[in-house]
Amino acid sequence: MKEEWPGECGLVLNEPLIFERSARGRKGYSLPKLDVERAEAEKIWPRKWIRKDLEGLPELSEVEIVRHFTRLSQWNYGVDSGFYPLGSCTMKYNPKVNEDLARLPGFAGAHPYQPEEIAQGALQLMDDLERFLCEISGMDRATLQPSAGAQGELTGMLMIRAYLSDRGDPRRKVLVPDTAHGTNPASSGLCGYQVVQVKSNERGVLSAQAIEEKMDEDVAALMVTNPNTLGLFEENICQIAEIVHGKGGQVYCDGANLNALLGLTRLGGMGIDVLHFNLHKTFSTPHGGGGPGAGPVGVKGHLADYLPVPIITRKGERFQFDYDRPKTIGKVRSFFGNFAVLVRAYAYILSLGAAGLKRASLVALLNANYIRSKLKDHYHLPYDLPCMHECVFSDRLQGKYGVTALDIAKRLMDYGFHPPTIYFPLVVHGALMIEPTESEPKETLDQFIEAMVRIAREAESEPGLLRDAPHKTKVSRLDEVLANRKPVLRWKPPTAREP
Amino acid sequence: MRYIPNAENDWESMLQTMGYERLEDLMTILPEPLRMKKALELPQPLSEMELVQHLRSLSEPGPQGKRVLSFLGAGAYDHFIPAVVDHVLRRSEFYTAYTPYQPEISQGTLQATFEFQTLICQLTGMDVANASLYDGASAVAEGVLMAHRLKGRKKCLLSRSVHPESRMVTRTYSHPLNLQLGEISYTSTGTTDLEDLQRQLDEEMNAVVIQQPNFFGCLEDVEEAAKMVHARGALLIVAVTEPLSMALLQPPGLLGADIVVGEGQSFGNPLNFGGPYVGFFATKEGFLRSMPGRLVGQTVDRQGRRGFVLAVATREQHIRREKATSNICTNQALCALAVLVYLSLMGKQGLKELAEINLSKCEYAKKKLSGVGRLRFSAPTFNEFVLTLNRDASSVLQILLKEGIVGGLSLKRFYPEMEREILVCVTEKHAKEDIDRLAEILNESSVRKQGIQEPGR
Amino acid sequence: MNFPKEVKYTKDHEWIRMEGEFAVIGITDYAQDKLGSIVFVELPALGKSFKKGETLVTVDSVKAVAEVYAPMRGRVEAVNESLRDNPEWINRECYGQGWMVRLKIGDSAELSSLLTSEAYEAFVAEEEAKG
Repeated sequence: MKEEWPGECGLVLNEPLIFERSARGRKGYSLPKLDVERAEAEKIWPRKWIRKDLEGLPELSEVEIVRHFTRLSQWNYGVDSGFYPLGSCTMKYNPKVNEDLARLPGFAGAHPYQPEEIAQGALQLMDDLERFLCEISGMDRATLQPSAGAQGELTGMLMIRAYLSDRGDPRRKVLVPDTAHGTNPASSGLCGYQVVQVKSNERGVLSAQAIEEKMDEDVAALMVTNPNTLGLFEENICQIAEIVHGKGGQVYCDGANLNALLGLTRLGGMGIDVLHFNLHKTFSTPHGGGGPGAGPVGVKGHLADYLPVPIITRKGERFQFDYDRPKTIGKVRSFFGNFAVLVRAYAYILSLGAAGLKRASLVALLNANYIRSKLKDHYHLPYDLPCMHECVFSDRLQGKYGVTALDIAKRLMDYGFHPPTIYFPLVVHGALMIEPTESEPKETLDQFIEAMVRIAREAESEPGLLRDAPHKTKVSRLDEVLANRKPVLRWKPPTAREP
Repeated sequence: MRYIPNAENDWESMLQTMGYERLEDLMTILPEPLRMKKALELPQPLSEMELVQHLRSLSEPGPQGKRVLSFLGAGAYDHFIPAVVDHVLRRSEFYTAYTPYQPEISQGTLQATFEFQTLICQLTGMDVANASLYDGASAVAEGVLMAHRLKGRKKCLLSRSVHPESRMVTRTYSHPLNLQLGEISYTSTGTTDLEDLQRQLDEEMNAVVIQQPNFFGCLEDVEEAAKMVHARGALLIVAVTEPLSMALLQPPGLLGADIVVGEGQSFGNPLNFGGPYVGFFATKEGFLRSMPGRLVGQTVDRQGRRGFVLAVATREQHIRREKATSNICTNQALCALAVLVYLSLMGKQGLKELAEINLSKCEYAKKKLSGVGRLRFSAPTFNEFVLTLNRDASSVLQILLKEGIVGGLSLKRFYPEMEREILVCVTEKHAKEDIDRLAEILNESSVRKQGIQEPGR
Repeated sequence: MNFPKEVKYTKDHEWIRMEGEFAVIGITDYAQDKLGSIVFVELPALGKSFKKGETLVTVDSVKAVAEVYAPMRGRVEAVNESLRDNPEWINRECYGQGWMVRLKIGDSAELSSLLTSEAYEAFVAEEEAKG
């Protein structure tokens, strides 16, 4: 392997579990002196309610804690480490100024129940963000409440359900394409719907005919992702929406792939009635290792009555929370949503403006198609069509050497790249979903392409190398069967005492 | 352009590879009628400096520009966050990483999550905890749904002393699945009316939900409630919105709770105007397969080295799809990390001392303010309590606000029968002088008649 | 691939061994191979009745869940408790120690649609060809 690959062996520091580091009597805290009379729980609470001990909480000094977490962080690979082409996740750069802005004391210290008079700035921010998101998507109103895309999906489906029930026509089924993300049917299931799968056609998209066959007056909605999880634009969407509307159904769009469309087209113009946004994807808020994100939901006017409470209204110069919404579906979480995440998305939109957002999508398309055109001679491309912001390959060519998508992914780590999404979407066997995003320099893309080409060659000449990969990481090929057969989900104190 | 490295020089060669001439040509991938002809109507982009100035002005509280002294609690608590917490959260390997689907390069997130799960188990007295949920309110809803999955009966009861937003969220989640939700009233002492509970309990109940400490700050008799609930074969779910209380209280897991859920915001997470927060969810070993949310498990690699991976994922949406135990995809990883770092810093001694400080401050406030208003409930409390004023709460709060104080939360919006009541919360951040000042202004306001302006104000 | 002749099969990849009025059920070698290492099995309650085609057992591998359907109407007379702690028996000895449920047969007419070992083997070959 060339010296120039990002992936290199280096000194990695081991670190036990924090409980294993713990030593009696160590302190990492400092507390203010008590300036009032000390109240003793034993004197004012019933004895039997008082906690006997807090065993199992660690006792460490500050420096040990800092080292512990610094070392743990060094075992992680983030967007700031390098290329992270996880398809469907839009791992774009997280602007640093947004981290500072979210931490402004006036925002960070604001209690959700504080009087509206002193929360006007925060309310204005939310109101502005709602309008920006509606403008970007072509929807009429939005809620910023859902904490994640999946929660947004639930919110959207609940609104559809409320809307149809309100018209005395509840219906029982939801159509979901075979390319859909697992949260789609899961969210429908949570709303009490029966999920009916629709197969995509040979071009990897939904056909009007397939929808026509499955659409009837018992179908409440079609859940669609556009572009879909194959990275392809659902070219028949307008006709499909008409068919669904024609039989009284609604069209829900999973907005996870919005990064392909900013300023280029608007989902609201394609017959979409409700959609969710993933601020932690399209709008650059950090993924955090698995959250917090935010999943605002945009709706067309006819669904606005059902939005979760509160909504923000404006009375002259004053912003207010409006809870008086008799048809609301209620609340999907406490308070107003992940406000600190909203701040970051808001700042991002203000930093880019219309031209910047359009440029972001165009370059995302450019980067993805560039990779597609460069890799199609080395990996099987199930749909040889221009893709949008992501492209899907499969491990079929490498399969004849006994190499799988998993092996390819593991070997990529040795080269210093985070692997793409593997084994999703399910419609492609051995899928490799690559989404570069716009925030990658050309050199990085070229290096990634070169690494993938190398790996394709290694699959042929030294498949064992791939099957045993990764070789340079702290751990390699963890035993997931063991983890699942005998789940160990917590550390236990050595003497099995009660906590 | 901001955050987009590739510029025109780079595009040219890339476009040529694919037979395009200009960047805009990529729009031809979209059907012609759907291509936007005009630009999005958004504000002109701001430079970083202008952006900071704009956001700063939005973030400044109140027209006076000075910070208010707040006694708000009610599910979101203002505790001091040591500097180490944010320093750790700012490590970009933590915050710019994705969900740990590739364990070899996410051991940091995975081990931290395993540690978090362990701490939640320790605190709550339960066997197994997940990697976190969105917030305390949705955790209650998920608990109710899980009880329904386990028992398959029709109804759930929630005490009126459970946080109103938790109850509202639970209703939203339960409605489409036709789960019936009933309410248990509260007693004049401020706790769940166990007689009412006994009356309503039947074999149609999946679960009963109580909160500890409850929304009024009062302590519930978890053990007694558990006995009653179990006698009918139902499950007891205990919600904890102020987990600091568990440093002094016997945890619900040791008193008969089957599921313990709650809000972890108190530990290391700022108020953030309501979010992001972090829900926790813990239960018994036997209920593991019905648990929602992500789980991290311990294992070994090919060389026998210890490592951590996502485990028992077959409950989750990406595998079970419509039969999943929930639809949750992300957890609140970074917020859970904050909880972990905070609890590590405080440790068992520090957490106990901090809880004692909170208790002491609150007891002092109760004494001081019982001279100005009336303590509504007599049950023991932790760090918040309900105060009855001598007139409508909103007008008193208005007066306080003019003095730069948010005296508490008017309860009328959630409990129409409580027009004069406010929920007052005190933490370690309130100095004795702050509490004295609150008492002083409240005292003055009770003497003042409504609507008459004092001269010179 | 092993398809013993003494048992019958279904197109859902279950095997059935007839023992008088009882049917012992498990999943075939083809099924366990496709699923990979089994990590968890959810067995039905004793005495519970099932119609033909209803989900009798769910089997979890690390990344997938499979449903095992009742090949005929019947009532659960016994389940293989050892699978709770050792689900790997299904991989190692799917026709022997990896048996799952013993049903008391409710409707013997439903037995006529079961496949012979040869017919099942041919079916599997077809499935593989489809890819």
